[in-house]
Amino acid sequence: MIRFVLSRVLQSLVALAILSVVVFILARATGDPLHLILPMSASEEDYAYARRYLGLDRPYVEQYFSFVGKAVTGDFGTSLRARRPVSELIRERLPNSLRLALFAMCVSLSFAFPLGVLAAVKKGTWIDRTAQVIAVLGQSLPTFWVAIVLVEFVAGRLQWLPAGGISGFASYILPGFTLGWFVVAGMMRLLRSGMLEVLDSEYVKLARVKGVVERRVVWLHALKNALIPVVTFAGIYFAILVTTAIVVETVFAWPGLGRLAYEGISSRDFPVIQAVVLTTAAIVAVVNLGVDLLYAVIDPRIRHAR
Amino acid sequence: MRVDPMEGVTALPVAEPRPWGRLRAGGLPVIPLGIITTFVLIAILAPLISPADPEEQSLRNRFRPPVWDERGSWQHPLGTDRLGRDMLSRIFYGSRVSLTAGVVTVLLASAFGAAVGLVAGYYGGRVDAVLMRLTDATMSFPVILLALILAVTVGPSFANVVVAIAVILWARYARVIRGQVLTLMELDFIAQARIAGAGAWRVISRHLLPNTLNTLVVLVTLQIGYVIIVEASLSFLGAGIPPPTPAWGSMIAEGREFVTSAWWVSFFPGLAILLVVLAFNLLGDWLRDTLDPKLRQL
Repeated sequence: MIRFVLSRVLQSLVALAILSVVVFILARATGDPLHLILPMSASEEDYAYARRYLGLDRPYVEQYFSFVGKAVTGDFGTSLRARRPVSELIRERLPNSLRLALFAMCVSLSFAFPLGVLAAVKKGTWIDRTAQVIAVLGQSLPTFWVAIVLVEFVAGRLQWLPAGGISGFASYILPGFTLGWFVVAGMMRLLRSGMLEVLDSEYVKLARVKGVVERRVVWLHALKNALIPVVTFAGIYFAILVTTAIVVETVFAWPGLGRLAYEGISSRDFPVIQAVVLTTAAIVAVVNLGVDLLYAVIDPRIRHAR
Repeated sequence: MRVDPMEGVTALPVAEPRPWGRLRAGGLPVIPLGIITTFVLIAILAPLISPADPEEQSLRNRFRPPVWDERGSWQHPLGTDRLGRDMLSRIFYGSRVSLTAGVVTVLLASAFGAAVGLVAGYYGGRVDAVLMRLTDATMSFPVILLALILAVTVGPSFANVVVAIAVILWARYARVIRGQVLTLMELDFIAQARIAGAGAWRVISRHLLPNTLNTLVVLVTLQIGYVIIVEASLSFLGAGIPPPTPAWGSMIAEGREFVTSAWWVSFFPGLAILLVVLAFNLLGDWLRDTLDPKLRQL
């Protein structure tokens, strides 16, 4: 088990390292960042001085290691637009994003679970068909469009809920549902197919023959094993949530990481973009790592494989 | 008395039904195919069937409502946007962007991903380990973030959108195909081919690839819808196809500020996306159930 944990941690670190190289190269591929920092009237000497000052005259390899060294300690430089340390911006925005993601995840789970299980148990009935329709719609609706429609009708015309920003629990509902909706579909389908498979298995039949109450068979015996694929995909769902959040946060004016990325990109604020991409990837990597470890605990075959 | 050995036998059992034979047996999903065909025709015939030039502005005709509104007219069946451009024509032309982006991206990603998956699964060992680590690293990268970075660094363009999405999407194919190849490699016919002296290229192209095609077809169909949504999200964020080229995502973005007074500007492009993506997802589901019922997780 220890070997499995170590190799998984190492894998995540390698993935992050590759990512940091990509981000570093892309940030330099834009051309001279000094064009963005210095005023139009800057002279050749100003450029030379700024280059030395920012360490841009050093070899790329050296620049990369200094970038990574600082990034590890949380130092991502200064935002070109806000003129504040990027780490400060991240610390301000990250909790908002995490809270929204958590809320969205709760929304997804509270819909996906009952729907997935019921669809499998009542296979072929109207419940199953409704669940299927919800699933395929969830995967086909463009999130940002749903967001706009919700803002217009629920927040604008009906005035039931706030349209944007954070102001108490009510402001979580619209962005949370918009974000969570997309994930409900995939999760529900996984749960349904998992349940169908498990309900057909020998040990469930045995449990029934032994006279275990049906409710207990479904919610205890079957669900436990149908959960395995759902857990495996939880990491991917989380990555989807994080990505979709960029769009949702933009529409709902949510002061989170996604909107910070959007703002950074529209003002070509490189330190911010680097920081957001790396922070996001690190979070996704940690979640994936956690999921894999959890997976190995649930299903011992995994840790003994390969 | 001679007895006909075939007497009473109406059909001989088929040993292994050919997968494409099952396609005809299952009854085609008419609605999804109909929607896709319609939109493909619209994309091809856009210049012929559009009532107006999609980029022609007419400030006097701004925000004309759709025809069923009392202020609407047949001149602009779905109304006009903030620059007085005809919505219907823009949606027609926008289908070109969405469909091409979807199909081209997915073909690129699947070709590369399948190649990686085939090689990793065939050679195994260290080659497999390296390729799979690369695949995992790629999968953990949020697509939209990469596309946004590319849009800022190289400038927004159709090619960038396609590349940015394909660069991430291939990993999905590599994963799934590798998994299938690993199971195939255990089977006798591969071992026999190798004993008969077939080289790596021959085993991969003649034996492994054809046996993963069903999975590829299912995955490609399901992913086209996903790519169309991602492309639209990017255009919505201003990192997709630059204006004035009509793209559904950027049309929704343009109408966003006026959604209270002119809802149709954002509504119809969104409806178009919903219809096309829904059709591809339904078709993909049906293909999966017909060709490869084991692939429920895709």
